[in-house]
Amino acid sequence: MIIPGTDLVEVAEGTRIVPGGNTIITTVDKLVNWSRKSSIWPMTFGLACCAIEMMACGSSHYDFDRFGVVFRASPRQADVIILAGTITKKMAPVIRRVYDQMPEPRYVIAMGSCACSGGIFNTYAVVQGGDTFLPVDVYVPGCPPRPEALFQGIMKLQEKIEKEYFRWSPWR
Amino acid sequence: MEDTNIDSRKNNSRVKEKELTLSMGPQHPATHGVLRLVLDLDGETIVKCTPYVGYLHRGVEKLAENRNYMQVLPLTDRLDYISSMSNNLGYCVAVEKLFGIEVPERTEYIRTIVGEMSRIANHLLWLATHALDVGAMTVFLYCFREREAILDLFERLCGARLTVTYPRIGGLKNDVDPKWLEDVYAFTSEFPMRVKQYETLINKNRIWLQRTKGIGVISAQEAINWGMSGPALRGSGVPYDVRKVTRYGVYDKVKWEVCTGKNGDVYDRYRVRMDEFLQSNSIIRQCIDQIPEGPIMADAPKYTLPAKDKVLTDMEHLIHHFVLITKGPQTAPEGELYVATEVPKGELGFFFVSDGTGKPYRMRVRSPSFVHVSVLPTLCEGELIADIIANIGSIDIVLGECDR
Repeated sequence: MIIPGTDLVEVAEGTRIVPGGNTIITTVDKLVNWSRKSSIWPMTFGLACCAIEMMACGSSHYDFDRFGVVFRASPRQADVIILAGTITKKMAPVIRRVYDQMPEPRYVIAMGSCACSGGIFNTYAVVQGGDTFLPVDVYVPGCPPRPEALFQGIMKLQEKIEKEYFRWSPWR
Repeated sequence: MEDTNIDSRKNNSRVKEKELTLSMGPQHPATHGVLRLVLDLDGETIVKCTPYVGYLHRGVEKLAENRNYMQVLPLTDRLDYISSMSNNLGYCVAVEKLFGIEVPERTEYIRTIVGEMSRIANHLLWLATHALDVGAMTVFLYCFREREAILDLFERLCGARLTVTYPRIGGLKNDVDPKWLEDVYAFTSEFPMRVKQYETLINKNRIWLQRTKGIGVISAQEAINWGMSGPALRGSGVPYDVRKVTRYGVYDKVKWEVCTGKNGDVYDRYRVRMDEFLQSNSIIRQCIDQIPEGPIMADAPKYTLPAKDKVLTDMEHLIHHFVLITKGPQTAPEGELYVATEVPKGELGFFFVSDGTGKPYRMRVRSPSFVHVSVLPTLCEGELIADIIANIGSIDIVLGECDR
């Protein structure tokens, strides 16, 4: 309820409060996106070397949990798939299948040079980048990227989720 | 008479109906990568286990044929990415033997130190994931704390955490500074206490004991017949360690023992690795105590890169530098050579066929993981499906090395 005679104060872009009152005025999009971006659940899908750095991210020293990132072993409970490592031609159909099992809205992070572009493995067996068969949202280069780099990748994805419009709705 | 026949047929069909084929992996959190196992199950008992490998086949051996000897070095990082330092060392030792280069003593000491640090880091990750698979979460967090300490030391040494590419053919990328050695020493004085912490967590844990004791038993003779190596072989009581058998590093100048188990089950393989923590720790300490001063690169201008200040001032060194960078070593001896080193997972061998050019004509990697995956059916068949997780953990495989 807006009390006549009081001015609304804009605390963030598109979010206003009533001074003294326990009220926030904002759009549903903003509220939903804010909660969605704070609990991104990736799938534990280690492909190669980068998986070890991904594990390091999740463990005690770097602690991914503070971003609300909790690794799930099942694609059905995951929001984002992190392609951590070299994608071989034998593995690509499996990744595609796992991606198809994930519920919408879903995101893809390509972690490491191999998942971004094939990296140093320009051979008969290696897919030259995850974007050849998946819609990659964030690229994290490095061989392997440091955990901090993956953090930045997750934060870039959070920024992307924040800007989305009506993506959460089933009538999208 | 007829009745009994019908009965037996009925029984057979009933048994067959109960059998279930289950595909485990390649996306499974406990397969340590992208291993796929096809399991034929009778109830919860595994009747047949067939491993399928190749989901991480990147063609490293083929790539190596098109690169000169120095350029192959970064590829060996990505074989066993958990302990890439050991793989680099194995490759360098093999190529040095091929070229006939003697590395300086200080280099040997530093290589031994970083090799053993890499062994500790590998076993820490092994213990973390193995315990996590069997159901102990705390061990995972504790182990990663110490692993990060080692990775930080690696980063200070050469700039990379995981894929280090620190050794070079005939020497090392850079010398270590005394402060770094001091910090390694400080780490080693603290580390035995940490190992005790892990042991208090799981050594007498009833669930841990039930899930590891008497599981995945393999006899010494069978383990040798399968070609197993490393802690997986020593868990069966075979005191075979490549560090003792062949000469590389300074393992003959320090005091250490080969740790062995007795029963050859998952628990004994776990114990062997826990004992190796302390042995590696002691090797590092002795090396730091004994390390001499001296050069770090071998004096072999046709095979090793000359110092940068000499390249900029001396014509001959400039030519060597140019030839080595563009074509690789041009005077490599012809022939075949197999050299094995002890990496944390077992015996890692490099087999070269050299035709005298700057590139290996053929490079074959004998990886312990590939051998250990082939043992998996022997370990698992006849046991329960839950034990397969403990078995995969205990043989310590990494698929990058297995599929290459």
